[in-house]
Amino acid sequence: MVLLLQYTIIFASVLCLVALGGCFSEHSGVINLGLEGIMVMGALGGAVTMFMLPAGTSKFVIIIATTLAAILLGMLFSCLLAVACINFKADQTLIGTAMNLLATAAATVFVRAMNTSINPDNVSTSIQYIGPKKAFLKYIGGFEFNWFMLMAVVLLVVSYILLYKTRFGLRLMACGENPQAADSVGINVYKMRWAGVLISGFLGGLGGIVYITAGVSEWKFEMGVAGFGFLALAVMIFGQWKPTNIALAALLFGLFRALSNVYTGIPFLAAMNIPSTVYNMLPYIISLIVLAFTSKNSRAPKAEGIPYDKGMR
Amino acid sequence: MKEKKSLLKNPSFQSILTSLICIVLGLLIGYIVLLMINPAGAGDAIKTILLNFLTRSSSAARAKALGNTLAKTAPLLMCALSICFCYKVGLFNIGAPGQYEAGACIGLYAAIAWHTPWFVSLILAAIAGAVVGSISGALKAYRNVNEVISGIMLNWIILYLTNTILGGKKTKDIASPYTMKLGSAGHVKIPSAGLNTLFANNKTVTIAIPLAILFAILIWVILSKTKFGYELRATGFNKEAAKYAGMKEKQNIIVTLAIGGALAGIGAAFLFLTGYQEWSTTQNSVPAMGFNGIAATFLGGLHPIGTIFASFFIQSITDGGALINKSVYPSQISDLISSIIIYLCGFVLFFKFAINNWISKKDKGGPNVNDVPVKDDAAKAEGGEK
Repeated sequence: MVLLLQYTIIFASVLCLVALGGCFSEHSGVINLGLEGIMVMGALGGAVTMFMLPAGTSKFVIIIATTLAAILLGMLFSCLLAVACINFKADQTLIGTAMNLLATAAATVFVRAMNTSINPDNVSTSIQYIGPKKAFLKYIGGFEFNWFMLMAVVLLVVSYILLYKTRFGLRLMACGENPQAADSVGINVYKMRWAGVLISGFLGGLGGIVYITAGVSEWKFEMGVAGFGFLALAVMIFGQWKPTNIALAALLFGLFRALSNVYTGIPFLAAMNIPSTVYNMLPYIISLIVLAFTSKNSRAPKAEGIPYDKGMR
Repeated sequence: MKEKKSLLKNPSFQSILTSLICIVLGLLIGYIVLLMINPAGAGDAIKTILLNFLTRSSSAARAKALGNTLAKTAPLLMCALSICFCYKVGLFNIGAPGQYEAGACIGLYAAIAWHTPWFVSLILAAIAGAVVGSISGALKAYRNVNEVISGIMLNWIILYLTNTILGGKKTKDIASPYTMKLGSAGHVKIPSAGLNTLFANNKTVTIAIPLAILFAILIWVILSKTKFGYELRATGFNKEAAKYAGMKEKQNIIVTLAIGGALAGIGAAFLFLTGYQEWSTTQNSVPAMGFNGIAATFLGGLHPIGTIFASFFIQSITDGGALINKSVYPSQISDLISSIIIYLCGFVLFFKFAINNWISKKDKGGPNVNDVPVKDDAAKAEGGEK
C-alpha cells in the first residue's frame, strides 16, 4: 500500500506540473498540444545531465543541475510553439503535433549519436541513470520520498499565487479571455502569450524529467513519454483550468497510472487476475470517460486557440 | 515575364512552391544535423535518404526496392487521406493511428483465424476503423471533447487492445511475438494481378497501390464535386452557419470521423493483408504510419491528389533513412526530417502571404501599375486556406 501511495504521488506530481504548464499557456490564449514534446525535451535535458555528471558529484549539485537542464530545454523547445503560433499565427494544433513528433525524433537521434560516439558498437536509444537518480530519493520508513514531490507542491502554490494574486497573472488571464480588451488597456498581448508559453515550457520540461525518473532508472527515448502530455491535458480540462482542481485531478489520474506499476503487489487486485494490458489502458480509458462528462460545460479560456491579430477588432 | 507572374499568382502553384520550400528547408536542417554527427559522410547520407531505391546497384534491385516503397506508400496514403478528409471538415484526426490499429486488429484476425478472402477482411478493417473514428466523433459532437485529445487516448487504448486480441492462440504462435504469416491459399492476401512482375517479382506489390490512388481521386471528387462533400466542408467552415442552413452539424462530425476512420482502417489492411509484415504483439508505441500521414497531408497542400505525391516522398525518405550507414548515423534522421517538414507546414500561410506580398510590391514598382486586383487575390488565397 505504501508503494501504491508512493507511485500515486510521484505520477500525480508529473501530471500536476505538466497540467499547470498547459494551464498557464491556455490562460494566455495558446493551446499547447506540444506539451508531450516539451516533456520529452525536458526528460532528455535531465537524463543527459545525470549521465554526464562525474561520479563523485554531490547530491545537491546533481539535483540542481538536472532540474535546471530539464527546465531550460523545456523552455527552449516551447519557443518553437511561441514563435510559430504567436508571431506567425500558425495553426496551433498542427504546430503542437509537429513538436511532439519533432521532440521524439530529435531526442532519439541525439541519444543514439551520443551513445555511438562514446562506444561505436552501442546503437541503443536509451540512457541509464541508476547512480545519479539516487540523489533525488530519501527513504522515510518504506516510503521512497522524491525531492520532485516537494518541488511539485511548491510550484503548485506558486502557480496559484502567480495566477490569482499578482498583476501578471490577472493580465495573463485577460489575454486568454479577451485579448482585444486587454490590448486596449495597454497590455502587450504578444508578450503575455510568450510568457504563458514559456512558463508551460518550464513546467512541462520539469514534468518530463520527473516522469522518466519515476520508477525506472533507464529511459528509451524512442518511446517518447507515452501520451503523458495528453493525459496532463485531460487533467487540466478535468481540473477546469484551476490550479487547486488540477492538483486533485492529478491525484486521481496518478492513482490509476500507479495501479499498473503496483497491482501485482496488492493481494485483491492480483487475485482478480486481470491482464496487465487492462491496467495499461486504464488511465486513458478513465480520461476519456472523465472528459466525456466534464467537457460539455467546460470553462475554457474564451480566446484560446485563436491567434491574436492587432488589426482584428 | 508576364506569364511567369501569373503562374506565381496561381494558388495551386503557390501550394506546390510552399511545399517545396518546406522540403528544402527540412532537408537542409537534416543535413546540418548529419554534419554535426559526422561531417565526413553527411553528403552521402543525405543523398541516400533522398534517392532511396535509386542508390541500389542493379536495376532488378532498384525495381524491388521501389516496389517495397510503393507497398508502404499505399497504407501511408490512406492514413494521409483520412487526416486530409477530416481536416477539410475542420477536424484534426490525430486518432488515425488508433483507427489504423483497429483496422489491423480486425483485418488480421479475420484473415488469420477465419481465413476470410481479402476483400471481406478489408471491409471488416474499414468498419473497425470507422467505429473507432465515430467514438471520437460522437464525443466531439455530443460531449464537446476535443478530438485531438480523445484521438490520442484512443490510440493507446486500441494499441493495447490490439496486442491483446492478436496475441491470442488463434492468431499467434506461442514462441514468437509476431502474428502468424498469412497463407497464400484462398485469396487471403490482396492479389497482385501481375503488378509484381513489373517490380522484379516483388510479391508485396499488389493492387492495393492503384486502389489507394483510386481512393485519393474518390475523396477529391466527394469533397469538391458532391453536395455531401459541400455540406461537410460547410460544417467545417462554420458550424453554427451550417446548422442555421439546415445541415445536421452533429451528424456531419460523426460521419466525417467515421469515414476518416474507415480510410485509416483500410490503410492497415493495405499493409498487413499484403504480407509485407506481421503485427508485433509486444509493441509498446503507437505505429508511426498514422503520424507520417500528418506530414504527407500537409506537405500535399491539403489536397487529396497532392497527398499522393507527398505520401510517396515521405515514405521514400523514411525508407532511404533505413539505408544510410547505421554505424555512424541514426536511421531516425528521416523521422526528424519529416517532423521538421510538418512544423514548417505551419508556416505555409505565412509563406503564401509573403509570396503575394512580394508580387504586389513588384507589380506596384514595375511597369504594370494597372494590375490592381492583386491585393484581392492575396486576401482570397489567405481566406480560402482557412
